[in-house]
Amino acid sequence: MATLTNGKKTRWESGVTPYAEMGYWRPDYEPKDTDVLCAFRITPQPGVDPVEAAAAVAGESSTATWTVVWTDRLTAHEHYQARAYRVDPVAGNPEQYIALIAYDIDLFEEGSIANLTSSIIGNVFGFKALRALRLEDMRIPIAYVKTFQGPPHGIVMEREYLNKYGRPLLGATVKPKLGLSAKNYGRVVYEALRGGLDFTKDDENINSQPFMRWRDRYLFCMEAVNRAEAASGEIKGHYMNVTAATMEEMYERAEFAKDLGSVIVMMDLTVGFTAMASMSKWARKNGVLLHLHRAGHGTYTRQKSHGVSFRVLAKWVRLLGVDHVHAGTVVGKLEGDPNTTRGYYDILREDFIPANPLHGVYFDQAWASLAPVMPVASGGIHAGQMHQLLDLLGEDVVLQFGGGTIGHPDGIAAGATANRVALEAMVLARNEGRDIVGEGPDILLDAARRCGPLARALEIWKDVTFDYESTDTPDVVATPSL
Amino acid sequence: MRLTQGTFSYLPDLTDEQIAAQVQYALDRDWPISLEYTDDPHPRNSYWEMHALPMFDVRDAAAIMDEVRAARTAHGDSYIQLNAYDARLGRQTTALSFIVQRPAREPGFRVERTADKDRQIKYRLHPYSADKPQGERYGSK
Repeated sequence: MATLTNGKKTRWESGVTPYAEMGYWRPDYEPKDTDVLCAFRITPQPGVDPVEAAAAVAGESSTATWTVVWTDRLTAHEHYQARAYRVDPVAGNPEQYIALIAYDIDLFEEGSIANLTSSIIGNVFGFKALRALRLEDMRIPIAYVKTFQGPPHGIVMEREYLNKYGRPLLGATVKPKLGLSAKNYGRVVYEALRGGLDFTKDDENINSQPFMRWRDRYLFCMEAVNRAEAASGEIKGHYMNVTAATMEEMYERAEFAKDLGSVIVMMDLTVGFTAMASMSKWARKNGVLLHLHRAGHGTYTRQKSHGVSFRVLAKWVRLLGVDHVHAGTVVGKLEGDPNTTRGYYDILREDFIPANPLHGVYFDQAWASLAPVMPVASGGIHAGQMHQLLDLLGEDVVLQFGGGTIGHPDGIAAGATANRVALEAMVLARNEGRDIVGEGPDILLDAARRCGPLARALEIWKDVTFDYESTDTPDVVATPSL
Repeated sequence: MRLTQGTFSYLPDLTDEQIAAQVQYALDRDWPISLEYTDDPHPRNSYWEMHALPMFDVRDAAAIMDEVRAARTAHGDSYIQLNAYDARLGRQTTALSFIVQRPAREPGFRVERTADKDRQIKYRLHPYSADKPQGERYGSK
């Protein structure tokens, strides 16, 4: 264990060696088709070399610890080392760099998002040498994709199960979120569904509180669902939230919802990756659609400098398998830059997504026929935005109008009818070849002439917009063509 | 009641001109058209009767509209739906489906409840029209 004549340590000398010199920086590395690739946005501490910072991220998210250990020599250690292979400065932000890092597929347990995330976002986000770190994108190799079953049903099966084609689905979250008794809660469900919505939804924090226990809620909601089906001749559903403190209680609630004939249940992101994966298996086995509310994601997805991008989270939930997930509205009250949101929707719905810096997508992603996830747009949207929603989000999406249904001055059923008429009129016009973005307001006014509830909705919410600057945007912006 | 299955049931019944425009939209996307009819509108009735085989090789909206009119003549008082099918890899399912004829009177559905143990209720959706044999459910025949 000698020191080299140039004063540097050899690879195995005890003590601290820069990560870059331990094999974690490999600028000549050609990623393999089976590697997991990550794009990290790194903000090194002042004075820390960006290449060393990138190598440190590679090291700390794979085999390294802070000092040399002789036990590495008992392994084919180079095989297990992650390799930072590229570091680029971020245009317009001198403190930040994008580091690309490759991980051999052997580092990860088959079919386990818990293991994948423990490796890649396990320790490294608290690493002192970095001021901030963000996982921007992750290329999942097909070899690893094929160890997952993905969504229990997917978009095609959901449409065939519900017998609904050619238009976005419509939903609403029951409001107020908290305090309604089970019977009053079911009234909202009944009115919204009979008025024309396909789905109603428990909110993320409706679980089983003192004011309304889960079992009572499920019973009243199923009365509402069945009555609405009879009134319309359509399949209807209420997302029964089965989120609970333990897996045993979640299964109990889901089993009860299934026994009552509910077509769909939901859970919150807060239950964790393993619980979500377990519910996915349950939903596949029992033929019940599975909705995911991304409660809490904003704590780590929103800030551009630190955390995990939602596009990565979208990949993880498609792998572990949900049928629906909230993915932004662009025009509503919650964070969502149009191009970034487009990237999320593509990741959830397409079978192959090419790298596209304009959408914040760093890598090509092939899903190899893994079923797609139905994105859900929810939060501050209303009938007057229907042309924008259809144009931006397309057809395979659930549009959820909570306040935009329940807040209608003529009642909940009128609010639901307004949304359904606006939607069908817009799809009809689009299919007729009309420019729905330009003519949207006229198309809606025309439909409102034969639908009083839509006329009232357009009048009351006509000036409502949520026009704030997004915090999470791609580094690259399209140059407007002249 | 008004059966609201199909893509456009919340709008006034489409005129033939409007139907033809939707047909053209489908044909422009290589979605073949088929027509189906039924007198059992239960939402779980997945298999309406096929008026004929899907019109895979008919690329002319006017010819499709002739077939729509022929189906109305043949199945005067049934529901008729027009389907457009997307056979692309990854879809391989119906892309658009809407009602192009409905019976003059739509009696709707009855909810039947059976009280079960522990406050559970078993629901059964019963189409009033299903009380009569197939073919005699609507109209004066």
